Amino acid sequence: MTMKRLINLKRVEARRIFTTYALVTAAFVILQIMSSTKILSSSMRGMLVPICAYMVMAVSLNLVVGVLGELSLGHAGFMSIGAFSGVAAAFLLQNILPFAPLRLALAMIVAAAFAALAGFLIGIPVLRLKGDYLAIVTLAFGEIIKSLLNNFYLGVDSGGLHFSMLADNTRLLAGGKLIIRGPMGISGIQKISTFPMGFALTIIALAVVFNLVNSRAGRAFMAIRDDRIAAESIGIDITRYKMMAFVTSAALAGAAGCLFAMNYSTIVANKFDFNTSILVLVFVVLGGQGNMLGSIIAAAALTILPEKLRQFADYRMLLYAVLLIAAMLGANNSTVRRFFDRFNPFSQRPEEEEGD
Amino acid sequence: MKKVFALVAVAAFVMTAGCAFGADAFKLGATGPLTGGAAIYGNAAKNGAQIAVDEINASDSKVKFELHYEDDTHDAEKAVNAYNALKDWGMQISMGAVTSKPCEAMAAENFADRIFALTPSASAVAVTAGKDNVFQMCFVDPNQGSASAQYISDKNLGKKVAIIWKNDDVYSTGIRETFVAKAKELGLEVVSDMTFADGNDTDFSVQLTDAKDKGAELVFLPMYYQPASLILAQAAAMGYAPKWFGVDGMDGILTMEGFDKSLAEGVILLTPFNADSKDVRTIAFVREYKKRFGEVPNQFAADGYDCVYAYKQALENSQATADMDAETLCTKMIEQFTSMTFNGLTGSNMTWSKAGEVTKDPKGMIIKDGAYAGLD
Amino acid sequence: MTLLNFFISGISLGSIYAIIALGYTMVYGIAKMLNFAHGDVIMVGAYVCFYAVSRYDLPPVAGVALAMFVCTLLGIIVEKLAYKPLRQAPSLAVLITAIGVSYFLQNTALLLWSSNPKVFPSVVGRGAIKLFDGQLSLSHVTVVTIVTCVVIMICLTWFTGNTRMGKAMRACSEDKGAAQLMGINVNATISMTFAIGSGLAAVAGVLLCSAYPTLMPTTGSLPGIKAFTAAVFGGIGSIPGALLGGLLLGVIEIFAKAYISSQLSDAVVFAVLIVVLLVKPAGLLGVQMPEKV
Repeated sequence: MTMKRLINLKRVEARRIFTTYALVTAAFVILQIMSSTKILSSSMRGMLVPICAYMVMAVSLNLVVGVLGELSLGHAGFMSIGAFSGVAAAFLLQNILPFAPLRLALAMIVAAAFAALAGFLIGIPVLRLKGDYLAIVTLAFGEIIKSLLNNFYLGVDSGGLHFSMLADNTRLLAGGKLIIRGPMGISGIQKISTFPMGFALTIIALAVVFNLVNSRAGRAFMAIRDDRIAAESIGIDITRYKMMAFVTSAALAGAAGCLFAMNYSTIVANKFDFNTSILVLVFVVLGGQGNMLGSIIAAAALTILPEKLRQFADYRMLLYAVLLIAAMLGANNSTVRRFFDRFNPFSQRPEEEEGD
Repeated sequence: MKKVFALVAVAAFVMTAGCAFGADAFKLGATGPLTGGAAIYGNAAKNGAQIAVDEINASDSKVKFELHYEDDTHDAEKAVNAYNALKDWGMQISMGAVTSKPCEAMAAENFADRIFALTPSASAVAVTAGKDNVFQMCFVDPNQGSASAQYISDKNLGKKVAIIWKNDDVYSTGIRETFVAKAKELGLEVVSDMTFADGNDTDFSVQLTDAKDKGAELVFLPMYYQPASLILAQAAAMGYAPKWFGVDGMDGILTMEGFDKSLAEGVILLTPFNADSKDVRTIAFVREYKKRFGEVPNQFAADGYDCVYAYKQALENSQATADMDAETLCTKMIEQFTSMTFNGLTGSNMTWSKAGEVTKDPKGMIIKDGAYAGLD
Repeated sequence: MTLLNFFISGISLGSIYAIIALGYTMVYGIAKMLNFAHGDVIMVGAYVCFYAVSRYDLPPVAGVALAMFVCTLLGIIVEKLAYKPLRQAPSLAVLITAIGVSYFLQNTALLLWSSNPKVFPSVVGRGAIKLFDGQLSLSHVTVVTIVTCVVIMICLTWFTGNTRMGKAMRACSEDKGAAQLMGINVNATISMTFAIGSGLAAVAGVLLCSAYPTLMPTTGSLPGIKAFTAAVFGGIGSIPGALLGGLLLGVIEIFAKAYISSQLSDAVVFAVLIVVLLVKPAGLLGVQMPEKV
């Protein structure tokens, strides 16, 4: 590869990143104006925050699936940890920090920290595996997290925090409050998530991922993805880099979980099951592995789509399934792809992987 | 194929009905799981409510309804989405959601937007807690739990009790929690307390063996009828025959297609609705339901039906008109529901507390020769 | 004696997982694809059998045969329309398409057969073999399931080992490119795999619902995931591994419920899976492929 091509490639990459930021910001500004002038329907307004959360989920999973090249089927587990720890943190801060955006920001940091810790602990065994076995172990961890959270009780009283497993043995003093109630989840959440906060988190997630991908670490990720053995032979510490990507991804998913949960008055562990993990994976694959803008667009489109299909009543989910299959077939059909590539200034098709 | 045509026909009917009364009909919005694993409950409530709406619109009643059901797939996020879609449609009064968690998430929106809600079947306490404009047509879970324990103790059905509950389900957990507390108070001994969850709801041999080995005379089943049918079948295969005690979710077990009714012989349940009742209105409702949907209605259908009629009564009493906005109607409905008495399929002389919880008598039923019989 | 009874329950449950896992492992082994729609094909098979037996009064054997026929046909059609165009695509694209197919089948079932649960008439009968004065009981369904599993396992092993088609399948599984160069019609071979896998799914569906007799549009999905776990447990792609993995998973699940905690049984099952995969990264009977450097 000549120097000139390399510089060119870098320029294309920089343009892609710039376009991604610009499009996300433009979309935010337009939607925010439409929302505050009430042009936007209630239905769309209600979806703004969850869409942001799903975008962050998709971008963070894309780091593992697209950039690192490892299939994770348990991403919702990290979202769940973030949701529960974040909501609990926000609850505890309620009287100390009356300013909601700051409280949400702190809660998201707590959520990210807990999810990152979980990501680290899970990463130790998971990253020793490869391919589909790694995928199934992440699925298993996702299910374990769900099962544990379904049996987790957390309460607070004047004596501090108390928690217990399996049954409510927190024995709170009078005036104490049970925050997490096992299978009943959390009730009475103060809804402090807002669209601007969601936008901010999306931009932060993009910045973190782009910086990581275009750093020394990012090049290592891609080397590992494209040829693990070659990467190892030139002295790349595979475990370390894999762990870095995995933990970053988990932390972002945790923050997204917190944003998501604080948008509803109630949350249960069952929400973050295998199906949610799969949903996020669909965003990533449909948007294109390694393509962050694609993930963002796919997350928004696939969250809005089932709502727009409501007019078809009973046939709604059937139609959704058909459209999903059609989209996958279309995205992998060379004729359809060439047609769309004409509109894509950043098409970089030549190095597309061959089916193996 | 016939079903598809029937669906289209019903849809067409609803549309024409909507057009005919569009001008002066109240826009009644509701959500429920119409697809996915909990679709049984959502579709039943929807069908029941639809029958009531069609009856009312065909009558000379001044109050007419336009009912719109949206799918929430038993998910809080989707329920809020569905609620917002209903708001865009112009919903004036709401029937909340069919299941507890979605309804709880939605109720917070109802409260903030001042749109009155009367849910047919979301029975958790958190649904109504702290909201003055969210009401329930069904028993609240803790009441069912304590009423069940009270009933078992009063009728001396057994001192040693086993519980099998679903520990990833709000409904089941809610009932079980108060049942245990009340049982302790009444001196019932809970000898076995075992759970199942979504992923392992097929094999109950461990739970049943535990109950049997610990000498439980009665097994309490706070769950819906689908897993209960498996439990009854597996117990019979084991040769274990304790007394069985169910809650309102058990209703429907006798009408499952292909169910061997002898398995449910002797099952006691507290339920507000009995499809075999000799009550004239119930007979008419069951007949219409069978005709339209080819199935026997369960408790959810009856709750949906009752909600619409309760609304009719409240709207008539308050002389509300369909051109009023949601907030005005909300104030009127709060006034009415906290003061009126309603007679429906799921109970007579129902009243509502300020908190939105209904007071009605649970009927103790025992299954005899494949049908419900009153226990009192 | 209780322990033994639990063991038998575990085997009963495990045999169901095993028979579903056989279909998973077969398709994975050859097409290298996680077919998440497998559980829903099972559900379709069970519905077909249900309607044949309880509405049209066909004998159970005819019901099973019809279910197998319909599912095989369904498998071929789905493969042709949804998977075949993606042969050259990255494997994740096929995975997502399979999920789309799964949604599609579930929602079609919901529209056609309604959400009301049906109680499945056992094709085997509800009887049981009693041992030790009735202290132990082994239901007929379990016996039939295990026998069916073993028969299917032997047939599949023989088929892949001794027939032309079977050998072609193994060749495709090892190296598609090389197989093609050897004159094997890779496309047809993979289509055939799906046809067989779907036919097996019908049998699994009938047995699943005979053992645990409620039938809903979502019936196949969760047992499907458990069976997938079982297949990985035994070494995905390995036919005897699926049987072993299924049985072990069933026994572990029941023992976890009985002796650890009924609330955490699923967590325990998955934790055991993780430990096994850490010790044996290719599952119990899976073969660790040497890396090509």
